[in-house]
Amino acid sequence: MARLIALGPFGDLLPLQVGDVTCTEVTRNALWSIAPFAGQHAAVSAQMKTQIALDLPAVGRRAQVGDVICQWVAHDQWLVTVPVTLDGLAAVTDLSDGFALLEIAGPTVEDVLARLVPVDLRPHVFGVDDTARSLLGHMPVGITRTGTQAFEVMVMRSMAASLVHDLRAAMVAVAARDTP
Amino acid sequence: MRLREPPQTVTFTFDGKPVQGVPGEPVAAALLASGIRLVGRSFKYHRPRGVLTAGSEEPNALVTVGQGAAQDPNVRATTLEVAEGLEVFSQNGWPSLRYDALAVNDLFAPFLGAGFYYKTFMWPRSFWQKVYEPAIRRAAGLGRLSGQANADRYEKAFGFCDVLVIGAGPAGLMAALTAAEAGADVILADEDSAMGGRLLREVEEVDGKPATLWVADVLARLAALPNVRLMPRTTVTGAYDQGTFGALERITGPANPDRPLECFWRIVAKRSVLAAGALERPIAFADNDRPGIMLAGAVRSYVNRWGVAPGKSVTVFGNNDDAHRTARDLLAAGVKVAGVIDSRPDPVMQGDYPVFTAGCVTATRGRHGLSSITITHQGGTRVVQTDCLAVSGGWNPNVHLSCHMNGRPQWREDIAAFVPTTDAIPGMVCAGACDGVFDTQGCLQAGADAGVAVAGGLGLKPKVTLPAAETRAYAIAPLWEVPGKGRKWVDFQNDVTVKDIASAAQENLRSVEHMKRYTTQGMAPDQGKSSNVVALAMLADLTGRGIAETGTTTFRPPYVPVSIAAMGAGGQGKGFAPARLTTTHHPSIAARAPMVEAGLWYRASYFPLEGEVNWRQSCDREAGYVRKAVGVCDVSSLGKIDVQGPDAAALLDFVYTNRMSSLKVGRVRYGLMLREDGFVMDDGTVARLGDRHFVITTTTAAAGQVMRHLEFAGQVLRPDLDARITSVTDHWAQFAVAGPQARVLLNTILDDQISNDDWPFMACGTVGVGGVTGRLFRISFSGETAFEIAVPARYGESLFRQLAAQARTLGGGLYGMEALNVLRIEKGFLTHAELHGRTTAFDLGLARMIDRSKDCIGQAAARRPGLLDPARERLVGLRAVEEGRRLTAGAYLFGKDAKATSVNSEGYVTSACYSPALDCYLGLAFLKNGPERHGEVVRMVNHLRGVDTLAEVCGPVFLDPEGERARG
Repeated sequence: MARLIALGPFGDLLPLQVGDVTCTEVTRNALWSIAPFAGQHAAVSAQMKTQIALDLPAVGRRAQVGDVICQWVAHDQWLVTVPVTLDGLAAVTDLSDGFALLEIAGPTVEDVLARLVPVDLRPHVFGVDDTARSLLGHMPVGITRTGTQAFEVMVMRSMAASLVHDLRAAMVAVAARDTP
Repeated sequence: MRLREPPQTVTFTFDGKPVQGVPGEPVAAALLASGIRLVGRSFKYHRPRGVLTAGSEEPNALVTVGQGAAQDPNVRATTLEVAEGLEVFSQNGWPSLRYDALAVNDLFAPFLGAGFYYKTFMWPRSFWQKVYEPAIRRAAGLGRLSGQANADRYEKAFGFCDVLVIGAGPAGLMAALTAAEAGADVILADEDSAMGGRLLREVEEVDGKPATLWVADVLARLAALPNVRLMPRTTVTGAYDQGTFGALERITGPANPDRPLECFWRIVAKRSVLAAGALERPIAFADNDRPGIMLAGAVRSYVNRWGVAPGKSVTVFGNNDDAHRTARDLLAAGVKVAGVIDSRPDPVMQGDYPVFTAGCVTATRGRHGLSSITITHQGGTRVVQTDCLAVSGGWNPNVHLSCHMNGRPQWREDIAAFVPTTDAIPGMVCAGACDGVFDTQGCLQAGADAGVAVAGGLGLKPKVTLPAAETRAYAIAPLWEVPGKGRKWVDFQNDVTVKDIASAAQENLRSVEHMKRYTTQGMAPDQGKSSNVVALAMLADLTGRGIAETGTTTFRPPYVPVSIAAMGAGGQGKGFAPARLTTTHHPSIAARAPMVEAGLWYRASYFPLEGEVNWRQSCDREAGYVRKAVGVCDVSSLGKIDVQGPDAAALLDFVYTNRMSSLKVGRVRYGLMLREDGFVMDDGTVARLGDRHFVITTTTAAAGQVMRHLEFAGQVLRPDLDARITSVTDHWAQFAVAGPQARVLLNTILDDQISNDDWPFMACGTVGVGGVTGRLFRISFSGETAFEIAVPARYGESLFRQLAAQARTLGGGLYGMEALNVLRIEKGFLTHAELHGRTTAFDLGLARMIDRSKDCIGQAAARRPGLLDPARERLVGLRAVEEGRRLTAGAYLFGKDAKATSVNSEGYVTSACYSPALDCYLGLAFLKNGPERHGEVVRMVNHLRGVDTLAEVCGPVFLDPEGERARG
């Protein structure tokens, strides 16, 4: 009989602070991928609202009720932080350990992310709960604004160390400049 | 000399000697202030050269900064800012700048004109590679690299705005102010260390006060607006599609190893204003390249902005009113003006200095520094003593960026200049001197108009208050070349003369693009900024065409050289590519396992035990674990794709060659995937977890490619199929447990025991591991009894440690990539060494895996007769014949007695290893008619490693050909 211990994706790489910007790990209860089958969006939507009081948000958006988050992540695909029953209506796949998530926050957070992310993150363009799939350096990521000076970054679990490496380099460079 | 006492100075060195500089000025200004006129040697003829300009267009004053790893060659002294302790070195002079051995090239000039190398260095033939090329390579180029890895930090960044204003002179400042005060997000970028453009370098008034004060006022207003980003020291280098611009920012500050030296920006702007100003052009006359001969506007820059007089007795030569402006400013600064030579017959007299009308400079003297000039004018010929000659042939609007999307500028006869074509860049408005407006009032107006246009285009309502400034007409009489004898320089940086251009025309190279390549005019790092228009004007005259008809060459980014370090910022060391690490990375590193890269993944190569000094010892031992006891290996990196939906099976039938729809729930099947051209793309396994639920595996490095392939198949080729695919590679940590004791080991960690009957070969399903739900697949890549066990990644490291500990109690242990490779070669199992993209199922001996009763991607193309020819190179096994001689992957195969030349090649080796089980070297290879040649002995030669040995051709499965061991 085995006795398995659970470990997070970042080890002791986080929390990280450089200058006025900090990165902290974000842990979610679970991450389930929802990909509705053909013609089943309405049915999936109805089930979601019944089961977790959340509907599938629009492309590029995150929806949240209490601790439960549902977020668009790809063409016809959403992630939700609790399990949902959608037999025959959608492909439901456990991706709870597929991603590493962190929050990066601070007054110069946009300048730090500007070194790595080719997305217009200006507040009037990318507001709270806006989300995008893009690159951070060479890594495919999901990036979501969670506050006026805060973003959540989601990367493949195997790339967690590279994510911290690239963010740290950007944080150091921004902190060392007089003007960002 | 300095015109005023500076409040503060710094000391830097030039060729080892100390020089005083004033903070904020370029090194060129400090050198001129110290009377240093000789700053470099020219490219081809090693002629002594001095500072020509006061900007980034400088062709002569290229210097090297720093030593060792931080050494930067070819830095323009006209933009390099002085700093305490800066080490500056001249280039291209040996043993010294003053006494340069290669100045002898200048004596051979008659033989070294344009295109000489097309007609020389041909004989004797063998001399090219051994003698000429190395000598030319040593002599060529200007600066030198240190050869050491760059130790400085650089960065890249992305910027977004509504309006990008390029240039912060009067036009740019007005455009930025207008747009910003209307509410647009504005980025204002200027190449210079201070914003203001020519207003900082001329004596002008705006709104009744000195222009510099007006500039400071506007900058303060802009800096106070939250929607404005001011970017000095930032050159916009290129205009690209859809409002994207490249820009290179130079970052200064006190020494700090964390501070980047440069930032390469990509800026996306909804609209742009090009207010890039204009660059002055010289006139070609005999020996017009001596140190001390400068552009007239540059002389004004040094005098007015930095208080430096470039000479004690200055002469001015020009074809426009700017010549007089320079004389006027010099006099006001107290510098002696020995005369103004105006080529026009009736210039307007502007001041108290000698004027030589209808005049030209016909000769100059002073090899290491100008000492006198000969002029011919209305009144005759005379020699004038002078140590600085300021030349103005007119102004060229800086049209470059407007032409970066293959546009061409328009020639305007009235100002003898090219101007941008409207709308050449979508969303870009050109304003000011870069648009042919050369007076300050005109520039202010044009800038305001541009600001109104771009703000209006964004739906904003701009308001303009136009200040009052100088208006004047631009009076010019074109003069490209002074007639007469002598070498007249056109392109200073590549040492191209008027004679070279004439030579091009004579060789019938009439197109300006051909003249450019033949003479190399315009091909140096300065990209011909000071020579392009002069050269094409000469070509026009020589070929009897107008300038408009002759046209310009193609303008391409970048506008100034951009260091590779900046463009590749972040890409050094670990930043080059993301590292994908498995959950067992840290335990593997702790066990001193060397790591190998498979795609972006890092996988353990072998796990050396104490006392093992050679990788073979570890590899042979680990292979032994799997053959005799049990081995544990992390296989998490293989791609795992979850496929669900009513048509999941149909989709898999479409992408795999064999039928997956007939696979039973709880079973696994090996499958082959073809590209549309019929070649094998990947192989893997398909596990059926439910009626409409499959999990497929891919090879590690091809996971992304297979995912894209499936997306394309599902979205484009078969949108009728209702199936969804999701990558689960990172979610599951997966381990191979292989060997005769594999089941014994598993039964120590599974919640429920398994037997050979309830979990037969190729079974799959859900299992419990310490209460955690995992998956178990009975598949074998070693040929032994084997399983792959998967748990969610958070438990990966923990499970790995327990499996390793249990394996050791059973006489086994961990195994890595080396042993994994030996085990599969012994069994003839394929990897991407064999599936390298140019082999078909037929080549691999797997043609029977293509199920003809259904269609699949690649099936039609795979049936092309050329892909079914038995004479193709086809999969075989090889056994080394000669004792102790190894086989190597990458070697070529030849007939036993054939010469090992490329025409005789009959095949190649893709995989090779020493087999501990069989105590000999084995290989997998592709050989013409391979399967028909079993038993034949062939010659294997690896030319790169010097290996030459014999091998016997056989089947690719060396061990347990019936496959019994995996079923036990």
